[in-house]
Amino acid sequence: MAATQITSDNDTVDNDTADNDTADNDTADNNDTADNDTADNDTVDNDDTDEMSMTSGMTNEQAGELTSRPMAMNIAIRSALDVMLGRDDDVVTFGEDVGYFGGVFRCTDGLQQKYGVHRVFDTPIAEGGIIGVAVGMAAYGLRPVPEIQFADYVYPGLDQLISEAARLRYRSGAEFTAAMTVRMPCGGGIHGGQTHSQSPESIFTHVCGLKTVMPSNPYDAKGLLIAAIEDNDPVIFLEPKRIYNGPFDGHYERPVVPWSSHPLGVVPDGYYRIPLGRAAIRRSGNDLTVLTYGTMVHVCEVAAQESGVDAEVIDLRTLLPLDTDTIEASVAKTGRCVIVHEATLTSGFGAELAATVQASCFYSLEAPIERVTGWDTPYPHAQEWDYFPGPARVGAAFKRVVAA
Amino acid sequence: MELTRDVQMDLHRRMVRIRLFEEAAGRLAEAAKLPGFLHLYVGEEAVAAGVCTALNDDDHITSTHRGHGHLVAKGGDFNRMMAELMGKATGYCKGKGGSMHISDLSLGMLGANGIVGAGTPIAVGAAFADKYRKRGQVAVAFFGDGATNIGAFHEAANMACALHLPIVFACENNEYGEFTRRDRTMAITDIVDRAVGYGMPGVIVDGMDVVAVHEATLGAVARARAGGGPSLIEAKTYRFYNHHGVQNLGLKYRTDDEVAVWKQRDPIFSFEERLIDVGTATAADIEQVWSALGDDIAAAIAFAEDSPLPEPDQLLVDVYTTHTNHTNHTDHTSMTARGAS
Repeated sequence: MAATQITSDNDTVDNDTADNDTADNDTADNNDTADNDTADNDTVDNDDTDEMSMTSGMTNEQAGELTSRPMAMNIAIRSALDVMLGRDDDVVTFGEDVGYFGGVFRCTDGLQQKYGVHRVFDTPIAEGGIIGVAVGMAAYGLRPVPEIQFADYVYPGLDQLISEAARLRYRSGAEFTAAMTVRMPCGGGIHGGQTHSQSPESIFTHVCGLKTVMPSNPYDAKGLLIAAIEDNDPVIFLEPKRIYNGPFDGHYERPVVPWSSHPLGVVPDGYYRIPLGRAAIRRSGNDLTVLTYGTMVHVCEVAAQESGVDAEVIDLRTLLPLDTDTIEASVAKTGRCVIVHEATLTSGFGAELAATVQASCFYSLEAPIERVTGWDTPYPHAQEWDYFPGPARVGAAFKRVVAA
Repeated sequence: MELTRDVQMDLHRRMVRIRLFEEAAGRLAEAAKLPGFLHLYVGEEAVAAGVCTALNDDDHITSTHRGHGHLVAKGGDFNRMMAELMGKATGYCKGKGGSMHISDLSLGMLGANGIVGAGTPIAVGAAFADKYRKRGQVAVAFFGDGATNIGAFHEAANMACALHLPIVFACENNEYGEFTRRDRTMAITDIVDRAVGYGMPGVIVDGMDVVAVHEATLGAVARARAGGGPSLIEAKTYRFYNHHGVQNLGLKYRTDDEVAVWKQRDPIFSFEERLIDVGTATAADIEQVWSALGDDIAAAIAFAEDSPLPEPDQLLVDVYTTHTNHTNHTDHTSMTARGAS
């Protein structure tokens, strides 16, 4: 898989904009330095050079030489918001506890103090209002980035999201467009119970007019969020909350591993963008192709290691638009495919992936496609780890599909 | 307040434009020349005209399923409106929106809306953008009495007041939510009672009196522009035709007597009597308005009928924007086409 390295001459890191403004910010993750200007900039409009697929970790050292340092995923998301608030006056962000308090997951910590209450503000607990207001802002040229505090809370806002944000452009004959990014923490693994653990991504991928993104690490989270905010379509940006603070491989009994020990936890301070619609191969392999995203990327990587199956783990990163080229090339190579997601099985995004793979790779397949997902139940409380598709279940599926 | 003759004639003209457009649309629908639903605004003209005459072109409005009147009053183009109703490529939305989604960016008309109440938070967002950009614009959310029972209205009203935004909530209380009388679905008589719950002033006006609506709106708009925050206007009005269409399949949900009483208070004819009585206009002046606008309607129908339907490939475009940022995997025309094939 072709991947462009992060180097100073591919113009992906723009250090003299927002983040230098953060030097006067006393929050921990903004100790920016003046030597960032060494990178050649001007990259905002450089459309063809901003691909930064993170394969085999080779880019991190170079990025580190520029301006990078360890960030947890919530800090990387905050950094993306900081960069975009600094670059574009049309960007505003708001939601429940987002302004004065800085967000329940700290993704907007300090941003109200830095950019003012007119750009980073608190809203009532009213998701339909939050998303509806964003539609009105976007229709008149702002670039709102509302936060839904938990993805589980988005349902009262679905009318505005589906019937307004997603459909405004088509029904107006392209006269109006809702350029907005709706951020929402998703997924389980934190004992959140039914209403603080769900993975509703397939609800959004089913809505034409929306784009749907789910990062698996801090580096991608920042680059994808910047691309999402710059995108002129409405984007759903799902943040797996279990991995805000560190990668999680499903071994819940083990101590939490911080992002600082992970290569993709090293994040440039300034502007860079990971284009929507490009998957990343996290682990190359020949035995089978794993299609996954979010927290499950880390589970699948460790499952490959523990099961001894030489799996090629593809992190989709963007569910819609979907990187079918990367998927098809991998399945054509391995001849086998396992799809892993945390969401429930029936009508989950895995069904779409399976249909896509069989349609384009039917004659390459040597075994039926298997899906490993959460069970078709509400998200449980006591039995969270029986629900969660951990490395044992995933590894067992790998072995079955290889043996089939 | 004494309105100038120009303003009074403007109010009259906007009402007549609405009436003629709606009557024409109704006739076309009865002749099966218009596809789809049609929610006629006839009877409520004083509200849209009275409000929109108090607005500038760059002020913003959101509309309802009964939205033709709002766009006409904001200055909408007959040709493009009629073409949109007929689903023609020359329509306001290239035939993709239809009656319930007609919109005009250049007039700040964000769209009719097929979902009751859904336009209200969007207007709040527009008001936020107005305030944020500091251009002195205001937003008006049109909605009906029925919309004040849905959460979207309450979330919008609360947020507008919490954020102190330049917006006017313009309620057209026509006493019916679709086919159900207001008192069967809410325990209050006056929608304006709801304003106080959010911390904004509200006023009731006679929605059949275009001058009353206009003057109330002037006050509300001036307040919003001056940074005074939101307010609510409840215009008591009535729809002369049914919830949708012209006939109502013979189904009764209101009495003929009730309709007749309201029709005696026709907002256009009663205003014309006043114009003539006080010498602002002559019968000939008024006839001239109707006649000239009638010619425009006839031309619009001809324009729409002569216009082409959208090309087949238009089905798949405009779902997403065309990207210049990253083109490889965001060619949604082909993506969607693959999905549809």
